[in-house]
Amino acid sequence: MNFLRFVNGSFKIITRGSALYYSWVTFLILLIVWGGFGYSHQLAHGLIVTHMRDSVSWAFYIGNFTFLVGVAAASVMLVIPAYVYHWKPIKEIVIFGELLAICAVIMCLCFIVVDIGSPLRFWHMLPGIGILNFPSSLLSWDFFVLNSYFILNLIIVVYLLYCHFYKKEYKVSFVVPLVLFSIPLAIGIHTVTAFLFNALPGRPFWNSALLAPRFLASAFCSGPAILLILFQILRKITKFEIKDEAIWTIAELMVYAMFIYLFFTVAELFKEFYSGTENILYWKYLLFGIGKNHEIVIYSWSSIIMGSIAFLLFLIPGTRKNFITLNIGAVLIYGSVYIEKGIALIVPGFTPDTLGQIYVYTPSITEVRTAVMIFSGGFLLFTFLSKIAIAIVFEDYSINTLNSKKSEDRVKEVPIAM
Amino acid sequence: MKKPVNYSGRRNFLKNLSLFAVGSIALSGCGSATMKEFLQKNFRTLSKKEKDDIIKDLEKKYTARYGKEFHVTDEPAADGVEFGYALDLSRCIGCRRCVYACVKENNQSRDPQIHYIQVLQMEKEKGIDFAHSDVHYNPDLVPEEGYFYVPVQCQQCRNPQCTEVCPVKATWQEPDGIVVVDYNWCIGCRYCMAACPYGARHFNWGEPHIPAEEINPETHYLGNRPRMKGVVEKCTFCLKRVRDGKYPACVEVCPVGARKFGNLLDPESEIRYILANKRVLVLKQELNTQPKFYYFFGV
Repeated sequence: MNFLRFVNGSFKIITRGSALYYSWVTFLILLIVWGGFGYSHQLAHGLIVTHMRDSVSWAFYIGNFTFLVGVAAASVMLVIPAYVYHWKPIKEIVIFGELLAICAVIMCLCFIVVDIGSPLRFWHMLPGIGILNFPSSLLSWDFFVLNSYFILNLIIVVYLLYCHFYKKEYKVSFVVPLVLFSIPLAIGIHTVTAFLFNALPGRPFWNSALLAPRFLASAFCSGPAILLILFQILRKITKFEIKDEAIWTIAELMVYAMFIYLFFTVAELFKEFYSGTENILYWKYLLFGIGKNHEIVIYSWSSIIMGSIAFLLFLIPGTRKNFITLNIGAVLIYGSVYIEKGIALIVPGFTPDTLGQIYVYTPSITEVRTAVMIFSGGFLLFTFLSKIAIAIVFEDYSINTLNSKKSEDRVKEVPIAM
Repeated sequence: MKKPVNYSGRRNFLKNLSLFAVGSIALSGCGSATMKEFLQKNFRTLSKKEKDDIIKDLEKKYTARYGKEFHVTDEPAADGVEFGYALDLSRCIGCRRCVYACVKENNQSRDPQIHYIQVLQMEKEKGIDFAHSDVHYNPDLVPEEGYFYVPVQCQQCRNPQCTEVCPVKATWQEPDGIVVVDYNWCIGCRYCMAACPYGARHFNWGEPHIPAEEINPETHYLGNRPRMKGVVEKCTFCLKRVRDGKYPACVEVCPVGARKFGNLLDPESEIRYILANKRVLVLKQELNTQPKFYYFFGV
C-alpha cells in the first residue's frame, strides 16, 4: 500500500515542474521519437542501413557502448573519496553519481542490443535458459560484470533513498561493504571492456597492455565532467545543495586523471612511432590518413585539441576555479573522450582490415539517430530518477508527507498543475 | 518470402476455396513455426529426434521458397579425419574462378554480396605484404606481370580465436577440424569477426538474396543451407561435399591445379606429401592460430 502511494507520489513529482523542466522533457521525447524512427528503419532492413561492413564490423555503436561503460565506471571517482576518506562535501552527491551509473549501464546494454544482428535472440546469452560462453569469452565476462555492477548500484541507491524516505538512519554495516565492493567492480567493468578489445592478437591497434589503463584514465575524465555540469544545473534550478569546494575537489581529481591519460597516450604514441613496425599503419590512418583516405583525421585531431585545451583549463588554478572556464573545460574533455571512444578507438582497429584493405567508415544517419534515441532515453530516465531523488534528499518528500498531504494534496497542488 | 502458389484449375470456386484453405494453414502454421524457430536450442544440445524434426521442417521451408527439392543433412564428422588444405602460390593466376564456384556451392548472398574467398594481388617486389595488396584488381587478363596472387579464406585454425570469443557458443570446431556456425543460435554480435585475423567471417548485413535458379539444394545444416539476415557465416571447406567424400568446390574448379585438399591424418595423402616435401608457409604464423590452410611453392 505504501509502495503504491510512493509510486503514485513519485509519478506526481516527475510530471510536475517548471516550464523549463517541461520543455527539457519534451525536447528529450522529441529526440527519442526522431531517433526511434531511425532505429525502426534498422530493425526492418537489418544492419545494412548502418555504414558498418565486413571490414569494419564494429563501429559507432560499440564505441558508444565503450564510452558509457566509462561513464558508469567513473562514479567510483566520487564514491572513493566520499566513503573512504569521509569528505563531507561530496557525500550527498554520491547518490547522483550512482544514479548516473545506473542510467549509463542501461544505455550500455541498449547499445549492445542495437548492435547485434538478431536482437530477439538476446536470450541465448542468459545463463540457465541460454548458453553463456563463460569464462572463455570476454563478452560473457562483460555481460556478467555489467549486470552485477548495475544490480549493486541499484541496491545501494534504492536502500539509501528508502532510508531517507522513511526517515531512518541507514545501516553502515550494510551500506559500506556494498559501496566498498562497488569500487573494484567499477574498475572491473571498464577493465573487462578494455580486455574485450585487448585480447585479440589479430587486431594490433588494441593489442597494447596500456589499453585498459588508458580506458580507466579517460573514464575518470569524462564521467565526472558530466556530473560537474549536472550539479551546477541542478543547484541552479532545484533545491539541490552542493558547495563550490566539492566541485573544485572533483575538478582537481580530474586534473590527475587527465594528466595520467595524456601520459599513457604519449607513451603509446612514442612506442608505436619510434619503433615504426608495420602496426603503425593504424595510428597513421587515425592521425594522418592513408593515401586519399583522410575521413577520420578530423575526428582524431578534434579530440586531441579539445582534450589539450581542457587539460590546460583544469590545470591552471585560476581557470579551474572560474566557473565559466571550468564548464568550458568540462564540455571539451567530455567531447574529447566521446570522440575518442566513439570513433577513434574502434574504427582504426579495423582500418586497414586484417587483409590490409581500407574501407572508409563514418557513421550513417541511422546510426546517429539510434544513438540519439538511446542517449535521450538515458537522459530522460536520469532526469526522472534525479527529480525523485532530489525530492527525497532535499525537499523533504518522505513517508510523512505522503501521510499528511493525502488530503491537502488535492486541494493545494492540483490547481497548480492545471 | 513465399512464392505465390500457381493454380491452373478451371473452376474458380474450387480455386478460391483451396487458396483460402492453403492460406489459412500457411498463416496458422507460420506463427507457430516462427515461434518454434525462435525457441530452438543450440544445435549441439539437440537430441537426434529434435534434429530430424528441424531438418524436415527446413527442407519443406526451403523447397517451398525456392521451388526446388531441397536436402539438408547433419552428417557428422567421420573418425580418423582431419581436413587440411594447401594452395600453390607459384601456380595461382588470380582468375577468381574459386570465388564464384564457392558462392554458387555455398549459397552465398548475391545481393548484398558475400565472398568467402578474397584473392589478394601482391607485388612480387614486396612479397607477402597485406598493406600493399589489392583485392579489387581488375585487369583484362590475369596474371599481370610483376604480381602474384594470394587467395585467403577461412584458415581452419587449430587454435581458432573466433570460437573462443563467441559469447553463446554458436560457433565451434568440429572433430574433423572444420569451424562451423549454428546460424540459428548466432546472435550476430560479430565478436568473432573482430577476432579473426584473416577476414574469413562474413556477416549478413541485410536479408540475403539468391536467385531461385542459382540455388544449390544439396545442403548441410552447419554449412551451405540458406542463411538469414543478422548472422555470421564462413567457409566450411564445403562441409556438405567433403563429408560426402568430394573435393571442395574451389579445389575442383581451379583451372591450374593450385588447390590441394585432403586428410592430414592419412600419411599417404597428397596434402601430407606437400607438407613433407615442399616449402610451406602459413599466414600470420606469429599469432599462433595454427592454420590448417597451408601455402606452398610447387615449382
